[in-house]
Order: sequence, then C-alpha cells, then structure tokens
Amino acid sequence: MLEHMATDSNACGEGDIFTGNVAPILNEIRHALQRLLDEDQTTTIDLRGIPMGPGEEQHLESLLGTGEVTATIDAMGLSTVIETSLAGVWLVVHRNDNDDILGKFIEITRNPTILESQTEDMHSALERLPGILADYS
Amino acid sequence: MAYDKTLGELLREQGITRRGFLKFCATTASMMALSPSMVPKIAAALENAKRPSVIWLSFQECTGCTESLTRSHSPTIEKLIFDVISLDHHHTLMAASGYGVDEALHDAMKENYGKYLLLVDGSIPVGNPAYSTISGVSNLDQLTEAAKGAAAIVSIGTCAAFGGIPHANPNPTGAVAVSDIIKDKPIINVSGCPPIPVVITGVLAQFLTFGKLPEMDELGRPKAFFGQNIHDRCYRRPFYERGQFAETFDDEGAKKGWCLFKLGCKGPVTYNACATMKWNEGTSWPVESGHGCLGCSEPNFWDMGGFYNSLSTPTIDIAKTAAAGLAAGAAVGVAAGALNRRKKNKAAREHETVTINDLEKGAKS
Repeated sequence: MLEHMATDSNACGEGDIFTGNVAPILNEIRHALQRLLDEDQTTTIDLRGIPMGPGEEQHLESLLGTGEVTATIDAMGLSTVIETSLAGVWLVVHRNDNDDILGKFIEITRNPTILESQTEDMHSALERLPGILADYS
Repeated sequence: MAYDKTLGELLREQGITRRGFLKFCATTASMMALSPSMVPKIAAALENAKRPSVIWLSFQECTGCTESLTRSHSPTIEKLIFDVISLDHHHTLMAASGYGVDEALHDAMKENYGKYLLLVDGSIPVGNPAYSTISGVSNLDQLTEAAKGAAAIVSIGTCAAFGGIPHANPNPTGAVAVSDIIKDKPIINVSGCPPIPVVITGVLAQFLTFGKLPEMDELGRPKAFFGQNIHDRCYRRPFYERGQFAETFDDEGAKKGWCLFKLGCKGPVTYNACATMKWNEGTSWPVESGHGCLGCSEPNFWDMGGFYNSLSTPTIDIAKTAAAGLAAGAAVGVAAGALNRRKKNKAAREHETVTINDLEKGAKS
C-alpha cells in the first residue's frame, strides 16, 4: 500500500510526493463518521500533526471535494468552514490577520462549534440591544 | 502592566469575541501538539490565566532565535507579546533604548520576583567572561542574577540549550549551556538552530495555560515537539524503506525526491518537529527543499561528522543481507540506529571536519 501511494502517478501532480497518509486519514474519517451516526460523537483531526508530502494535502482536499455549505468567519483573521462533498465532514481553516494559515482541521460533526453563536457573545449582544433600541426610538 | 487581569478579561477588553477566543484556543492546542479534544480545557485554563512577565536575555548568539520568534505566525507575534505575555525585557529588541533597558530589566525582576519566565538565547562563555558582556556585565553574572527570581527558564536555541556553535571544537570561549550553570530552577530546552517559531510559542502557551513546563525528554526538550525523530516523520521515508536514495544533489533520485540519507541527512538521529510543523508559515522544510537535515536540534551537531557524510549504511541495505521477517527487520533497525548513534558520537569525539570534497559532493557523479 505504501509503495502504491508513493508511486501513484495518477494521483500525483508533477513534483508531488505522497507519504501514503491520505488513505489512513480517509479511513479515520470513515470510522469517525460512523461514530457520529451511531453515538453522536464528534471527531476533529488536526492536519498539522500529520506528515504530508508536497501536494499531498491538496490531493486530500480534492478527494474530499466541496459540498453545499461554505462559511467565512471574521474573528482574529478569517476562517473558512466548508462542508466537504461528504456530509458531516467539514474542512476548517483558521487564518490570522496577515492571512497566514494558523491551523487546518477536519471536523466530523453535524455543525462545527465555531459556527455556533457563543453564550458569552449573546450576553454581550443582549447588553447592546437597549442602546440600539434607544437610538432607534 | 496589568499583571492582575486574566487573559479572558484582557481579550474581552479588546473586543475579541468568544468565537475568536475559541479559534485562538484551537490553534493554540494545535501549536502545543495537543489533541483537539483538549480545546475546552485549554479555553477554561486560558480564560483565567494571568499575563506572565517574560524576560529575554541574549548571550553568545547570532540573533537567529529572535528572528525566528519575531517571524512567528501562530499566533501573530503581536498577539503573543502584547495580549498573552508581557515581554518586559529583551536585550536585542530594546538595545536602541540604551541604559533605560537595564532599568526595565531590574524593575521587571523586582516586581515579579519568583514569578517571571526567563528566556535565554545564546551560550555563556566561562573560559573568559569578557568574550561577551552587556553594559559591562558578564553573561555569567547576568544569567546567575536573573535566574534567582525566575519561576522557570526556557533555553531558546541550541546555543542556550547545549552550547551550540560557540561550543563547537575547539570552543575558544569556553561556551556552555544554561543548564551547565543553573542547577536549581526548572529549565526547558527548545533547541534548534534556530528553533521552529511555533515550538517557541507553543512552549510559552503551555506555560501560560498550565502554569508549568511541559513534559520533557532526557535532554530537557518538550516531548510534544521532540518526541519523534525527523526520519520517522519524514515524507521521504517510503523511499528509504525501498532503498531509493539520491546519490548527488542533481541526480535523477534527487529530482524524484528520493531519500537524502546518503547525502548526509541526520534525520535518523535528530529529534525535532520540522517534518510536521515545517517552516515559513508551514510552507516547507529543509528536506522538502532538497537538503538533508543537519541535526541542528541535537547537542554537538556542528561536530557530528560533516553535514554531507552519511551516518552509516542505510537500514535497507543491511536488510538485504539479513533474514527477512518482522522480528529480524526490527532487530536490523535497532542495530542500524545504534550504528548511526555510534558514528555520530565517534565523529563528535574526533571532530571530523567538513572538507571541500564534502561540499563538492553534489557536483560529482
């Protein structure tokens, strides 16, 4: 399998070298998705912790594809949250103010936490609303 | 300096939302090489963390370590310095302020005695202290004084951790590591020449989050980043296993991205996180750029037998003459590892120098 992945010219672009880590990640995603369905348990895979050859991460992303939902979050730099072509499998990319990538995660969940409105922020919103109402009236 | 406020309070004052804070925690967990499942615990700890005072002393060094940190992108250095830590003193960055810097140093040490984090880059000359002084004070005296009130010390870079290049044979200044002098404080070695910026910030984030230094290996390095060797995490490892090696820097093997072991790569005896963390905002790292690992995060790397001399016969070549099978393969791997370490230690003892032939090896076929 290792040899197949390292020499699979159909999968590699010119100059790309594959470690063979794409297949284990896809298998991990498969098991995680099954867990989500059976036990409602979410999983996050940190792509920074996995060795990848040149072009291999892009290859993984192209295999996952893009699904129906794409969201951007503007909080301490832009973050993009994309549901891949596999429902329940999300690609989350965090960037800083300089647009450098800080982290890249695959989340197997119904809804990534970062998309949800946070309790603290809602309290803050509630405090601001009287002011907005006062200005309006 | 707002030492009494928690990080959560400071961030909220700056208009950082909870969502932004969670993003910060997720990337911090990744930076500390912790499982994403730890994010809620990190968030809870960081929420209540107090902003620590940090004092950075620079001794016999090239400023590469500071360059590395100030090029750090995760989180941005501005966030790290101004939001998360209070960098009260940095020799190099504050040099233009003249003697006022010395006052800032003594004020910070007095105000935060017993609580500040002391960061040191560079080795300390003990053969003749006059080789490196700051404001007329020897590095040795400055380190000894600053260490007294430190909660912990982080030796940034191979020079501070192990003596580094100044310590290389014949070590004209009598350079030693911080741990050779300070014996009564917790010390963590963030080695590398320079260290990976994310590893520096990761250790600082760990201290901030948990109030203590992370788990360390036998050389005092954080296991999260130095727990595995370069070779085991290298994307070129499949080529090593199949016996496909670049013999020169411009042969077909090199062009195809084969293993660089025979060109002197020290990956098998070097523990660092380059293969996964990478450099320049995660763009690449030396092996991906076509050059073998120099072993810069290891003690005595400069005297390790020449950057372009291979460590030993690759495991795969030995395996061809050994009995097949998993058990035999494991034994061969252990034997080759021991051979590699022995060659490295022998080279360090005998101080093998790099010759012109070594450097020109790439041009020969």
